[in-house]
Amino acid sequence: MPIRLLSPISHLPSEFNMARKLLLENINVPGIHTFDVYRQNGGYRSVEKALKTMSPDAIVEEVKTSGLRGRGGAGFPTGMKWSFLAKPEGRERYLVCNADESEPGTFKDRYLMTHIPHLLIEGMIVASFALGAKTSYIYVRGEMMPQIRILERAIAEAKNAGFLGKNILGSGYDLELYVQPGGGAYICGEETALIESLEGKRGNPRIKPPFPAISGVWACPTVVNNVETIAAVVPIINDSGEEYAKVGIGRSTGTKLISASGNLKNPGVYEIELGVPVEEFIYSDEYCGGIANGKRLKAVVAGGSSVPILPAKLILNTINGQPRLMSYESLSDGGFQSGSMLGSGGFIAFDEDQCIVRNTWNFSRFYHHESCGQCSPCREGTGWMEKVLHRMEYGHGKMSDIDLLVDVSKKIEGNTICPLGDAAAWPVASAIRHFRDEFEWHVTNPKEAMDWNYGLAKYADPLPKLEEAVSQN
Amino acid sequence: MHSVTEHNEIEFSSDLINKFDEIVTRYPQGKQKSALLPVLHLVQAEYGWVSPEVMDKVAAYLQIKPIEVYEVATFYTMFFLRPQGKYVLEVCRTGPCCLVGAEKIMAHIEKTLRVKEGEVTADGKFSWRGVECLAACGMAPVLQIGPEYTFYEHLTEESVDKLIESLKNKI
Repeated sequence: MPIRLLSPISHLPSEFNMARKLLLENINVPGIHTFDVYRQNGGYRSVEKALKTMSPDAIVEEVKTSGLRGRGGAGFPTGMKWSFLAKPEGRERYLVCNADESEPGTFKDRYLMTHIPHLLIEGMIVASFALGAKTSYIYVRGEMMPQIRILERAIAEAKNAGFLGKNILGSGYDLELYVQPGGGAYICGEETALIESLEGKRGNPRIKPPFPAISGVWACPTVVNNVETIAAVVPIINDSGEEYAKVGIGRSTGTKLISASGNLKNPGVYEIELGVPVEEFIYSDEYCGGIANGKRLKAVVAGGSSVPILPAKLILNTINGQPRLMSYESLSDGGFQSGSMLGSGGFIAFDEDQCIVRNTWNFSRFYHHESCGQCSPCREGTGWMEKVLHRMEYGHGKMSDIDLLVDVSKKIEGNTICPLGDAAAWPVASAIRHFRDEFEWHVTNPKEAMDWNYGLAKYADPLPKLEEAVSQN
Repeated sequence: MHSVTEHNEIEFSSDLINKFDEIVTRYPQGKQKSALLPVLHLVQAEYGWVSPEVMDKVAAYLQIKPIEVYEVATFYTMFFLRPQGKYVLEVCRTGPCCLVGAEKIMAHIEKTLRVKEGEVTADGKFSWRGVECLAACGMAPVLQIGPEYTFYEHLTEESVDKLIESLKNKI
C-alpha cells in the first residue's frame, strides 16, 4: 500500500486562487523540498540580503514594521518579542523554533515542513542572525519523525552549500542549527515547557516572569517562535516590513496558514490574506467548498480546540450582524460572550449530524490527558470535567451537571501557571453557553441521545448560498 | 531491532553509542542531559520499548541519576514502558478526526486484530492504541507506526485491512 506523505493541495489549479501567497507560492514546484530547486526559485535571497546588507537591529525593525504576530496561537507581536531579548555580555542567546504542533485542528506546520522545509531553515538563519544566536534549535514533536528526517536532510544540504556553519557567505557569522525531537506532549508547545523539554526534563511550564527573553534555555536569553512565524520572516526581509503590512487588514497584517478540517468538502491547508470573510472561506470553491455530503453547518471551532466554539450564526456574523472576517480582531469581536479567536488557525467545521456534547467530552479528555499535573485546578479540574461529560454523553447526566461544568471551568481559568488550564476551560464553557439546549436534551432524553443526533440547534440556521448572498448586496 | 521481553545484560552497540556521542555534541559542554529524549527514541527503536535496565544504562551514559530518566520516560507518551507488538498502530482519537470516522476505524482495528487497546496479539506482531491529535486533521482519519512513524492518511476500513495484511506478510 503506498505510503503518502501529505500531498500539496492541488485539487484546484493555482490560477483560481488569486490571493497573494507569501509562503506557499512555490509549493507545487516539483522538487521544491530540495536545496537546488528551492535556491533556483529565489530561495535563500533573504539570507544574502540580511547577512550582507543589514544589521541585526535593522532586521528586528523590519519585523516590527511588518506587524507580524505569533502564528502559533498567541498572536503576540513578533518584533516586540524579539526586542525584549536581553543581551548580557558573555552569555549565549538562543532561538528555538516551536514545531511541536499539537493543537487539535492544526496541521499547517507539518505541511510546511514536509513540502518546503528550506523556507523554515532560511527563516531560522535570518532570525538567528537578527537575535545574535550562534546555535539554534528546531523543536519538532516526536511523532513527526518523517519531518525530522526531512529537516535534517535539508539542514545538511544548506550546510553543504555554505548557508550554515562557520562564516556564512563570508559574513563572519557562524550558526549551527539542530533538530530536537519531543516525546509526545501537547504541553511542550507552551514555550517554557518546551524549554524544559529541550533541557531533557519533564515538560512542566515555568512561572513567568522571568520570561524566556531574560532566562530561557540553560538560563540564557531565548526567543521561542512558531514555524510559520519564522517562515514569514523570509518575505518580510525580501520585500520589506512595509510591504508585508500592506497585506491583510488592520492589526492583522500579512497572510495566515489556515488548517481546515472537519466536515468540509475540501479540507486542507490554505494560505489566506487576513481579512477574508469567514463565509467565503467556508463556502467558496476557492477555499473549503462548503460542507460535505450536502449537510448544513452547525458549529465552527475557528482557531484550534482551545478557542471558544461558535454556532453557525455567530461564526458567519458577529452579534451585531457584521460579516465576520478571518482576522485576529474580527474573530475576537464579542469577547467570550459571542466571539472566539483566530488562535492557531485550526479551523474545524461541524455539520448538523455532529454531537456537541460528545465533541466537548472528546476535547476534555484531550486536555485531561495532556495536563502536566503541576497545578491542582488544571490537574483535578480537567479530570472532573471529563468524567462529568462522559456521564452526560452516555446517558447518566443530571441537570445540575451543566452548571457544575461551568463552575469547574471558571475555577480553572486564570488559576494556573500556564494557559492549558484556560484552554481546557473555554471549550466546555462556550459549548454550554451556545448549545445549552443540546446538553439539556442529553439529560432529559438519555436513551434518545445515544441513538439520535440532536441536529441543528436554533442558532444554526441554514444560510443562503454564496451567490444569493452576493446578489443581495 | 531486538524484540526482547527479558533484558539480562544489556550492552549498547558501538553503533548506538556513536549515535549518542553525535547527539551530545549539539549542546554546550555539561548540558548533555538535553540528549535524553533523542537517546530514548534511539533505544526504543532498538529494543521496541524502554525497560528499567535500559533506562539505567542511559542514565549511566549521560552521567545523570536513573530517576532523571524514569521521570522523563513516564511523562512523555511516546515511550513504551511495556513490550509492544512488532507493529504498534497508533490512531488519532481527538475531535477533528472523530468528526470523520476515527472511532469507527479504531473499532474496526479492534475487531480485526482481536485485541483491546494496549494488548499484544498472540503472535506478537501487533498492538494498537488511540493517541491524541497527530496534527493531520485535514487528512483524517490517520494512523502512524513507529519507530519511523510512517504515516497513513484518509483511512478506510479497506485501507486498514490492506495495511494489516501487508504487515502480516512482512518478514
